[in-house]
Amino acid sequence: MTIPALCPFPRSSSASRRRPSYGRGIARGFLRGLLLLPLFGMLAGCNLVVMQPSGDVALQQRNLVLASVGLMLLIVVPVIALTLLFAWRYRATNTDAVYDPDWHHSTQLEVVIWTAPLFIIIALGALTWISTHTLDPFRALRRIEAGRPVMADVKPLTVEVVALDWKWLFFYPEYGIATVNELAAPVDRPIAFKITASSVMNAFYVPALAGMIYAMPGMQTQLHAVINKAGTYDGLSSHYSGSGFSRMTFKFHGLDGDGFDQWVAKAKAQGSPLTREGYIELEKPSEAVAVTYYASVADGLYGSILNMCALPGKMCMSEMMQIDAKGGAGKDSRENRERLRYDNRHIQQGDEAPGATTPASGRAPKSEGSPQGLAPDRHEHQLHGNDPHAGHPKPPPERDSVAPPQRSND
Amino acid sequence: MLSNPDLQRLVFGRFSLDDIPFHEPILQLTFAIVAVGGLVVLGAITYFRFWGPLWRDWVTSVDHKKIGIMYVILALVMLLRGFADAIMMRAQQAVAFGANEGYLPPHHYDQIFTAHGVIMIFFVAMPFVTGMMNYVVPLQIGARDVAFPFLNNFSFWMTVSGAVTIMISLFVGEFARTGWLAYPPLSGADMSPGVGVDYYIWALQIAGIGTLLSGINLIATIVKMRAPGMTMMKLPIFVWTSLCTNVLIVAAFPILTAVLALLSLDRYVGTHFFTNDLGGNPMMYFNLIWIWGHPEVYILILPAFGIFSEVTSAFCGKRLFGYASMVYATVVITILSYLVWLHHFFTMGSGADVNSFFGITTMIISIPTGAKIFNWLFTMFRGRIRFELPMMWTVSFMVTFTIGGMTGVLLAVPPADFVLHNSLFLIAHFHNVIIGGVLFGMFAGVTYWFPKAFGFKLDPFWGHMSFWFWTIGFYFAFMPLYVLGLMGVTRRANHFDDPSLQIWFVIAAFGAVLILFGILSMIMQFVVSIKNREKLRDFTGDPWDGRTLEWSTSSPPPDYNFAFTPVIHDLDAWSDMKKRGYARPLQGFKAIHMPKNTGTGAVLGVLSIAFSFAMIWYIWWLAALAFAAMFLVTVLHTFNYNRDFHIPADVVVRSEGQRTSMMAGRA
Repeated sequence: MTIPALCPFPRSSSASRRRPSYGRGIARGFLRGLLLLPLFGMLAGCNLVVMQPSGDVALQQRNLVLASVGLMLLIVVPVIALTLLFAWRYRATNTDAVYDPDWHHSTQLEVVIWTAPLFIIIALGALTWISTHTLDPFRALRRIEAGRPVMADVKPLTVEVVALDWKWLFFYPEYGIATVNELAAPVDRPIAFKITASSVMNAFYVPALAGMIYAMPGMQTQLHAVINKAGTYDGLSSHYSGSGFSRMTFKFHGLDGDGFDQWVAKAKAQGSPLTREGYIELEKPSEAVAVTYYASVADGLYGSILNMCALPGKMCMSEMMQIDAKGGAGKDSRENRERLRYDNRHIQQGDEAPGATTPASGRAPKSEGSPQGLAPDRHEHQLHGNDPHAGHPKPPPERDSVAPPQRSND
Repeated sequence: MLSNPDLQRLVFGRFSLDDIPFHEPILQLTFAIVAVGGLVVLGAITYFRFWGPLWRDWVTSVDHKKIGIMYVILALVMLLRGFADAIMMRAQQAVAFGANEGYLPPHHYDQIFTAHGVIMIFFVAMPFVTGMMNYVVPLQIGARDVAFPFLNNFSFWMTVSGAVTIMISLFVGEFARTGWLAYPPLSGADMSPGVGVDYYIWALQIAGIGTLLSGINLIATIVKMRAPGMTMMKLPIFVWTSLCTNVLIVAAFPILTAVLALLSLDRYVGTHFFTNDLGGNPMMYFNLIWIWGHPEVYILILPAFGIFSEVTSAFCGKRLFGYASMVYATVVITILSYLVWLHHFFTMGSGADVNSFFGITTMIISIPTGAKIFNWLFTMFRGRIRFELPMMWTVSFMVTFTIGGMTGVLLAVPPADFVLHNSLFLIAHFHNVIIGGVLFGMFAGVTYWFPKAFGFKLDPFWGHMSFWFWTIGFYFAFMPLYVLGLMGVTRRANHFDDPSLQIWFVIAAFGAVLILFGILSMIMQFVVSIKNREKLRDFTGDPWDGRTLEWSTSSPPPDYNFAFTPVIHDLDAWSDMKKRGYARPLQGFKAIHMPKNTGTGAVLGVLSIAFSFAMIWYIWWLAALAFAAMFLVTVLHTFNYNRDFHIPADVVVRSEGQRTSMMAGRA
């Protein structure tokens, strides 16, 4: 991977004299650039997880990537090759080449250049239509591997996923347990994820398992997947969600044989109960949260999170929708308004909104200082007094100065 | 600042001295550089007694050529800011592994990537494209100016005001930390209560007005002001792509204005369009912003396609292959660009039917785009290719863009997108098409038309340096990102745990350094060329043996562009005129009717900065005052009937005579 093409021209001499080398210089530079590409491919044999997944869904998606690229290379390779060839062959200094300034139309060629891509796109379009339907994340799995259909008596493992600021909460309704920042599933058993979020959008993504899908507050998305090889895989949020986003990662364990049962037993043994109060505390913005197990979960907690009514006194969206479906509550709806407001809960609890800096909070927008409770490592750093702000932490903002004035709730 | 908090809030809104980041070393340094640079510029203007000419000949100018040049200067200046952001991100990502936090905390890093995206799209690519169209279109159609010269000046100053508003956020308060499209609910008042998103909204609203008005202006110009004989199918291809781009602008930018207005209502008056609660729907924002956002991509790339077409045809010494199919391809892309927006969020879970519809429409766009590539290819076929810089950019584009197009079509396959969306693969893809397509196109355009605008060519040595640094730097900076995307690495992270990724980020940072050298070489190119301008001088007005009308007039063109409006008989009008032995008319000149300069645009621009600053900081009295002043200035301007003048015939005779002697002295 040398870069001799950086400066192929001698420093002096005028443009007109150097002209002969231009075509060659370009062709050479690009050929070198192209040679780098397979090099990258070779070097990348290490951990290209998207290219070497461990779950059947991700594997099919990988195959689709390869098939599509293969189809497109049918036209891309000739185009690049012809570009370089023509650039070289018809350079002005090559007087042997035919020069035909009036040749600017050819019906046959026009037909070819419109239909050749058209055929590729027809093939790719068919592939797209079929694969989009078979790999629809909302569709239950038909197979756990090529040639191994899902048996009729197999019930998928349901996992309810909540993206919090900035950690992942997983409910296992079948086992009554919940975990934070750790996910596990038995090998070869279909998994049905139901996914939502508590405040802003995120995307749930375990590259080795299956493609991503958004986690959105007040809405539920689904993902069906299966893990075929035991192992520990990385999971992450792949949709930017605020300052704790980079550390919103978790480990996904594909577990063999008794492994999964043992993991469930461990969660039950080590965990405490997850109460509603506990959840309200948990969902406050925090970063790099350690793995936590919960042995039991308050009744209907996932449903309340999804319907944005985990906080006491709030009306669930499902309830409001039911009222609406019956024709609405008319003037009395006004009474419900405050009960339906949910996103202002951090502000009302006196906590900082996840994206707050000055003037909404006391924190300077571009400084090193972090709000309380976030990024523990930087917090320590502050305590050591390296930070010019450390000595003068701002008092927590008053309530009326937190929200923009028009938005107060009187 | 004031002891009474109520009075403080009344006078200063939510602004206080704490909002100025005095303590931040990066900001201190930046501020010092900007302050010193600014003082040098102001000092130079004063020293050279340039204030008068600056105001009379540039700020108040309604000449499309000067406005076009100012747009390009704005783009180049903002490119420096946007690139500074880019190299900061590359540096952070190259070091922030494991225990090393890097040097940018998340809330600063997040502002940087947001600012990078916003600035590069709205204040680099857009002014570049608009500037090119402004300069070239009237010349190519044989017009003396655009249809609405004052509107043109006003549009430019609105764009500048937007850019200034964004630059203010660097030193006063903060910028948005939401990503460049400010998706709610993160950008809503509950989640982002600071001023950052408000800076975002008002900068884009103001600049958006400018863009929309200049779109209307250029459509009217192209439709109504073509020289006699120039039928639609004899339009230079750059004018065709400009027309399509401006149609896209006029149809798409109102959507951006509307969606940002709805978001500001959510933030300012507590409506619930895009909130999670009370019936709001953030998914609607995704749809609306991308119904603008996808056409925006083609707004940027179509003029670049036009430039490549002009350049290929000129430097191959050949008429463009398949002109008609090129026009149809452009029109098809224009229409289809409205039918693909959902491919930006396949992963939102729209269902297989919807996803595959939008996936397939996206792929269909690659057919006309492919046809364009083939047309350039067959223009080169049996040509006599002079590898001057614009042509080198073109060949570099053809190779780079083909790769970017391929990864783009790959991302259009929904299940493939599920594993690649929001990853660094996506980042690599769109930089692949925006740098390799739009930016290379603009650089080709700048080198191609520079001698027309200033009367001398650009220095080729530094141009080549810049070309190679950019091209090779691009591959080093973005090929590793493709690899990282396949490793499952997502965008916008400011810290990583897996040390095996680091080498790729280091290579990417190296690529960014090469691009830095590319930019520095470009600056050197301008400096050296200006220094050696007498040696590089072009006396003919047609240094490249051009084919279109702009090369028929002098370099730089006179204020009135053409002493006599040319009559068009064929495509590639100037080439046709040369072939048929066109003789420049030397007598019979008449007085020429021209629009008069006005300072109203600049005044409105300054007022709109004051208005947006006041809105951002809740300084309501200032907002009301600034708005009232804008209204007043606009009304007063409508009563200004002193808007035109005639360039006397003897002035025309003199300047045409100068050109005659210049050509004779040199020939």
